[in-house]
Amino acid sequence: MCAAHNRLADMKRKTFAGGIHPPDNKQWSAHLAIEDCPLPAELIVPLAQHIGAPSVPCVEVGQQVLKGQVVGSAKGFVSVPVHAPTSGEVLAVEKRPHPWGMALPAVVIRPDGEDRWSPELQPADPGELSPEQIVEKVRQAGVVGMGGAAFPAHVKMSPPPEKPIKTLIFNGVECEPYLTADHRMMLEEPERILQGVALLQYVLGVERVVIGIEANKPDAIALISEMCAGTPVEVISLEVKYPQGAEKQLINAVTGREVPSGGLPMDIGVAVHNVSTAAAVADAVVHGRPLIERVCTVTGPAIREPKNLRIRIGTLLSHLVDVCGGLAEEPGKIILGGPMMGFAQLGFDVPATRGTSGLLLLRHEDVDPQPEGPCIRCARCVQACPMNLLPTTIAAYARRSLSAEAAEYRAMDCIECGSCSYVCPSSIPLVQVIRFGKAAILAKKRKE
Amino acid sequence: MLAAVLSLGLIGMIAAVALGLAAKKFAVEVDPRELAALEVLPGANCGACGFPGCAGYAKALVAGTVDLNLCPPGGADVVTTLARILGVEASAAAREIAVVVCQGDNRRAQSRYRYVGLEDCTAAQRIAGGPKTCPGGCLGLGSCQRICPFDAIEMTADGLAVISREKCTGCRKCIAVCPRNVIRMTPYDATVHVLCNSHDKGAVVRKYCQVGCIGCHICQKTVPDAYQIDNFLASVVYEHSADADEAIAKCPTKCIRDFTAGYPEGSSLVPAVPGKPRAA
Repeated sequence: MCAAHNRLADMKRKTFAGGIHPPDNKQWSAHLAIEDCPLPAELIVPLAQHIGAPSVPCVEVGQQVLKGQVVGSAKGFVSVPVHAPTSGEVLAVEKRPHPWGMALPAVVIRPDGEDRWSPELQPADPGELSPEQIVEKVRQAGVVGMGGAAFPAHVKMSPPPEKPIKTLIFNGVECEPYLTADHRMMLEEPERILQGVALLQYVLGVERVVIGIEANKPDAIALISEMCAGTPVEVISLEVKYPQGAEKQLINAVTGREVPSGGLPMDIGVAVHNVSTAAAVADAVVHGRPLIERVCTVTGPAIREPKNLRIRIGTLLSHLVDVCGGLAEEPGKIILGGPMMGFAQLGFDVPATRGTSGLLLLRHEDVDPQPEGPCIRCARCVQACPMNLLPTTIAAYARRSLSAEAAEYRAMDCIECGSCSYVCPSSIPLVQVIRFGKAAILAKKRKE
Repeated sequence: MLAAVLSLGLIGMIAAVALGLAAKKFAVEVDPRELAALEVLPGANCGACGFPGCAGYAKALVAGTVDLNLCPPGGADVVTTLARILGVEASAAAREIAVVVCQGDNRRAQSRYRYVGLEDCTAAQRIAGGPKTCPGGCLGLGSCQRICPFDAIEMTADGLAVISREKCTGCRKCIAVCPRNVIRMTPYDATVHVLCNSHDKGAVVRKYCQVGCIGCHICQKTVPDAYQIDNFLASVVYEHSADADEAIAKCPTKCIRDFTAGYPEGSSLVPAVPGKPRAA
């Protein structure tokens, strides 16, 4: 094992061009084992938790539901059902505050404390299932990408026949600072992950399977490499750089190829799944269990005891804060996800969803915003941009509502990673301006 | 030296003659009325008439395909002059101006979060529905001020857009750019307005704004014809607004204002035609 590890370290690590090196701040929680979060008094399960059409509620107020029972059914292909995270009574089906910043429909469940599984959920022997049956099981279990974007997994598992997948990449990079949920998953539950890896490999019929892990997790690299020894699964150690875990950058680092502008990874025969998604796929297929819980890192300087928690979907953030010993001080910013691409929240009254990889609490002094200055043409944003764009030029056009020009400079290729805003010495909110410009381009397209 | 002067002079003369002939031969026939109409139009190219600029509108006017009263910036004078040029009868549309129906600046209305970023109301609105707790209140980042072609909008120090009654020409550009629909077109002659845009219930409004309409119906009880209440929000019925000012003193949250008595607090604008002084 040691020799293998050294060889990995000696190799020049793979990566992409551009990117930034923010302090990773993972020391707060990287060493802490995953703990089960106690059941809260009330679970608020949003019906919109994924990219695509929101689910439609299919339970009534007062109804008793069992753990894993469907409470919101999928609507359309790019949509997934939503399940009860525990057994209990449905208190309400109404609009509740949602992490997206508005009130959205949710099913409110009061747990009865018995945590009884629905008897309809049966384990299966994956060896006897056809690829189609496996995809259907994944869809029914409501598995979505768990890296944060929450794109339904079954869609990525059913590529059109003219675009066969040749390389399957598993994303164990976790390049967002502070977050350690995937890291702990790889250390504590590698069997589940590898079971899911094997299932996805079988479904997609791929030749090459790669697990990409950032080099700041040597223990996970060593463990997964050891467990994959003798199998066709390759473990690659990647340079520590943000946004190494972004889909297109990870593909570029692993395969050396670029996803064409405006295209999807499947256009070059690649599919990327998060390692935690692989574990959820294994649960769905082998145990018949839907995606009702996930690992979430509660961390940051404003929380008393940072933890890696296994939480039920629909747990309020206030409960997570209580479980982690409360606030050390009044937070300056509450972020769901990581500090680079996470979503700032108005308060603790919103629930965690399937995409909640972390709850980050920063102090006022950590988020002290600097006043915006003029662009000094230093081109640091150009160097940092992992998509090789000219952020300052696109932003200048977007600011003046010149969306045709912004589109010409490939504004739509921006992955909104925030590297440009991070490096800008004039504190120009580049990524916000570019997002604004992208929305204008889309609005114009819809009009035409 | 002499050769140079002569040869250049000669070239100049030949070119002048050629240009003169070309101007005659290739002259584009323009209806003199079109030029005259273009002369009369304000030339702001604001687009309120529905044409990209004044020239387009002038052309359509001469072609007779459009009405004469589509130019709000021009007002009544332009309509009469145009009617004279084109030799038709026309009456000016009643002058309309835009009013920001909100008084909740950053001092008097609460924010849900501190917004840092692009100084643009639409950009702020995209972030969890904007920083103002009130779902309808003015965001105060000045998108309307920047788009106004007539410099008619003032942003107060506490972040509230206020539109000058005299400078506003009614081109509606600010209405199109406002993400919160807090700017309304009103008849110029109506000077009393309910300055609130929140349909929330009174108890909710009170929590986030000191000057919001709480839907208490007192204004309607005082002057029944002049006010209507829709979903906890009062508004002036402009057709019957002659006595609307009688309710101003009764309003418990002071959200009704007569613009001839003064612009919203914090604004440096002063009424051009001061009305009779009123007890607040």
